[in-house]
Amino acid sequence: MIVYILCFVLFLVGIYGAITKRDLIKIILSISILGYSVNLLFILFAYRSESIYPILSKGKEILPMVDPLPQALVLTSIVIELGTTAMLVALAVRLFEKYKTFDITQIRRLKG
Amino acid sequence: MHKHEGMTLIVKTVTRISVWMILLYGTYIVFHGHLSPGGGFAGGVIIALALLNVLLAYGRNFVTEWLSIKFLHGLESLAASFFVIIGILGMVYVGYFLGNYLSKGELFNLLSAGTILPLNIVIGIKVGTSLFIVIWFLSELKIDKGE
Amino acid sequence: MILPYYIIIPLLTAFIISLIAGKKDIYAIWLSFIATTALLILSIYSLLTSKHETITYTMSGWKIPFGIVLVQDALTSFTLVTVNIIAFTAILFSINYIRYLSSDWKYYALFMLLLTGMNGVVVTGDLFNLYVLMEIALFAAFALVAYGSRAEEFEAAFKYAVMGSISSFMILLGIAVTYSATSYLTMAKVAEVLPLVDKKVVFWVGALFIAGFSLKAASIPFHSWLPDAHSSAPAPISAMLSGVLIKALGIYVLLRIFYNVLDAPEIFLKAFLVLGTISILIGVFLAIGQWDFKRLLAYHSISQIGYILLGIGIGTPLGILGAVFHLLNHAIFKGLLFLNSGAVEIALGTRDLRKMGNLSKILPVTSQTSLIASLSISGIPPFNGFFSKLIIIIAAIEANLPWYAFFGIIGSLLTLASFMKVQRYGFKAENVIEVASNKIDWRMNLAMILLAALCILTSMMVIPGIREVTLDPVVSVVANKTEYIKLVLGGLNEN
Repeated sequence: MIVYILCFVLFLVGIYGAITKRDLIKIILSISILGYSVNLLFILFAYRSESIYPILSKGKEILPMVDPLPQALVLTSIVIELGTTAMLVALAVRLFEKYKTFDITQIRRLKG
Repeated sequence: MHKHEGMTLIVKTVTRISVWMILLYGTYIVFHGHLSPGGGFAGGVIIALALLNVLLAYGRNFVTEWLSIKFLHGLESLAASFFVIIGILGMVYVGYFLGNYLSKGELFNLLSAGTILPLNIVIGIKVGTSLFIVIWFLSELKIDKGE
Repeated sequence: MILPYYIIIPLLTAFIISLIAGKKDIYAIWLSFIATTALLILSIYSLLTSKHETITYTMSGWKIPFGIVLVQDALTSFTLVTVNIIAFTAILFSINYIRYLSSDWKYYALFMLLLTGMNGVVVTGDLFNLYVLMEIALFAAFALVAYGSRAEEFEAAFKYAVMGSISSFMILLGIAVTYSATSYLTMAKVAEVLPLVDKKVVFWVGALFIAGFSLKAASIPFHSWLPDAHSSAPAPISAMLSGVLIKALGIYVLLRIFYNVLDAPEIFLKAFLVLGTISILIGVFLAIGQWDFKRLLAYHSISQIGYILLGIGIGTPLGILGAVFHLLNHAIFKGLLFLNSGAVEIALGTRDLRKMGNLSKILPVTSQTSLIASLSISGIPPFNGFFSKLIIIIAAIEANLPWYAFFGIIGSLLTLASFMKVQRYGFKAENVIEVASNKIDWRMNLAMILLAALCILTSMMVIPGIREVTLDPVVSVVANKTEYIKLVLGGLNEN
């Protein structure tokens, strides 16, 4: 039980960082943490006690396996996270070019 | 040519030898996606990292001459289109999008598992080129020191 | 068999456009024009021929609980038509508009990816597939918001990307909890198993989904990204984002998940009522003080989304009818208003209402169509906005919620005031402005006239004979709640 709660704490850490931090790069890192916590939770949900990895190879006897579907989902979700991070980094670099700062309190041309 | 660019001679020499091995390993991962862990995405990332190695060691100008970015871009779009076309061929042959119409072969053979192998190859090319292009474009931006 | 084409056509078009990059832009324009036209024709054809049956399509032939399934019922067809009408007019408008920004193929490729994501979210019947397609639409939207490469646009896009990612991960967490509780990802199967598990799970899943999808739909406590993102994007993209993206990704999914999968628990309907009412009032109050035309329209999107949420929250068939009808109407008139703002922006070079004027001479079509759209959004009969708002307010009174009806009327009056301001200071002002040449070509005018005509035509949908074939099947899909399970898993109409 404790691992699930720790996972959720990691999720909250990510949200806390994304909301309160003032540095663009720290915000991006917080969002990555958010993604990792969800992936970790997915893998934990797939865990079955006393079972092995779900890969069939030559000459291996078939034993109880952990649920393979969440692992496939996590792979997809990692790809999407890669895209998110690349997009955010590209936007952050462009913002730095325009404003010469990573501090979001100084990036404030839109108001109202 | 660009002697002053990139890292030291040691790094350049090591990179020159190792990049081909990394590329080969990436290709291996792509081709064995249906037999062992890995597959198109993982192998594609390894391919992109091999190219990134060259970018770091030799600098941006060398890579721009060595690899045509325009060609990589074309390859990426072609691979993406091929993915959809393989899917549509599934509709033609078995009536379902991405349906399997190739022979499933024998278990643990390289040429088995129907359309998974071609799809893996296409994804490997797509991920390898597009990830490298993303890094290449990010390295293009010149950043002056902020306050 | 038509179902996968809603995803294949725009996806393949996007890749082919990027393949022939560097050649002439005219290819990209033609390809995307052909693709949107084909999608529009397909969606209208399937709306007319489906006879409101539920059609399922299994991807690569895997049977239902194992593979990805695409589902088409009346709600799907209805939303698809809405999405594709706006996409068609937006492409028609972009052909000339985008030349004034920076004309290239990237715009069209991203537009097609945006369309792929939205069509995909609407047709899919699988929770995780919904998440993936939603992310495709969002990435394209982030890039398109930043398309103009100005500092404000990057700022808006970054804000949108951060908020969008947080909400996406909340949704993913909700999907993870759903999967662990039910061991299924197909929505119909989830709905079947969910009544058997602990009630707390339903509460947690619902809370995560309501946070995630309300952020996508930009109801009030989660709205902060919308005015920036929607006012910074190029005008046709604002029309897409405000007109259909927040509905396909927000409202449609809320309807599908909370009614068809979670069986509309009472506590969440109350949450929709409160969120909707707050959105109506605060959205319109924030809008009324704006002088930037596009920003004003963006705040009105929040307020109009509030009406839809109010209709969903009432939960009676009449309330749902109002919500679904307002979904279509808002897409049409808000799309039209954003196209108007784009036309004004390229003709005068400003979005400030105080600097506009004399527009009925310079841009006769734009000013006439904007008048129609303004009357429509502020709820003046015989335009479509009047009927949908009236239905929602009557539904609120019938459901014994008089205060919500009262707030709805207040919101509508304030909307009228705010659009009188737009017409008075913007389109009918007496500033004399000289414009060298007319930059609005016939395609932009045609797009605006089409939407203006639809503003009047869609109000015909309340006539009983027409309502029974267009809106009532949609309402029955939503109001019958978990009837959806039987329709999807029945396997009778599988093809």
